[in-house]
Amino acid sequence: MAKFYSKKKLAPQMILPKKETISFLLNYSKALSTYKIGNISIEIIAN
Amino acid sequence: MANLVLSDAVLVKNYISRDDESALASLIERHQSKIYGFIYSKVNDRNLSDDIFQDTFMKVIKTLKTKSYNEEGKFLPWVIRIAHNLVVDHFRKSKKMPFQRETEEYSIFNYMADNSQTIECQIIKNQVEIDLARLLDELPDDQKEVLIMRMYQDLSFKEIAETTGVSINTALGRMRYALLNLRKVIEKNQIILTN
Repeated sequence: MAKFYSKKKLAPQMILPKKETISFLLNYSKALSTYKIGNISIEIIAN
Repeated sequence: MANLVLSDAVLVKNYISRDDESALASLIERHQSKIYGFIYSKVNDRNLSDDIFQDTFMKVIKTLKTKSYNEEGKFLPWVIRIAHNLVVDHFRKSKKMPFQRETEEYSIFNYMADNSQTIECQIIKNQVEIDLARLLDELPDDQKEVLIMRMYQDLSFKEIAETTGVSINTALGRMRYALLNLRKVIEKNQIILTN
């Protein structure tokens, strides 16, 4: 019986950012406050 | 019970108007794979992709919080555009200061060799020059004079002939005998003058 050659296509790996990166972004968003005074935008990051 | 899937537009609106942090978390979770995958496809480095992903969303968060974002139902394309611009910025910066990783096949030192002599070679060279100067002293004055003018002062035979008041053929002859006598002295004393 003839050999059956086929290229197995691997399912594409879903790559994701690190959990620490996501965690940082969510904390950053919670800590960031912005205020607009006239044309000036002030960003405050609370510790 | 049907799960309510909120659209990007609603999530963005909730985030901006109500400071709903869970809306941001949903947006990130929904699109992280596409955005991160896009970045990684360009830079091919996980750590760098994380950095650019982080910078991308920091810009997104700032823009949303300062209410500078116009909702037109194109949240994902907008974020991808930010990521794309940051990738371009990265390549522009790295072009100015290219980072070369040394691998087995490629070493920067194959192309940027230090051509200066080692200390050992320098010492040997100095010793050879000292020995050669001693050997020159063994030669007759007229031969020594021609040899020094030719090898150390880089004069042409015409200039040597004019300076010493002899014909060019005489200058050439003195040079020939100087070299022959030098070789004899070197062989006789078994001196090694190679570096």
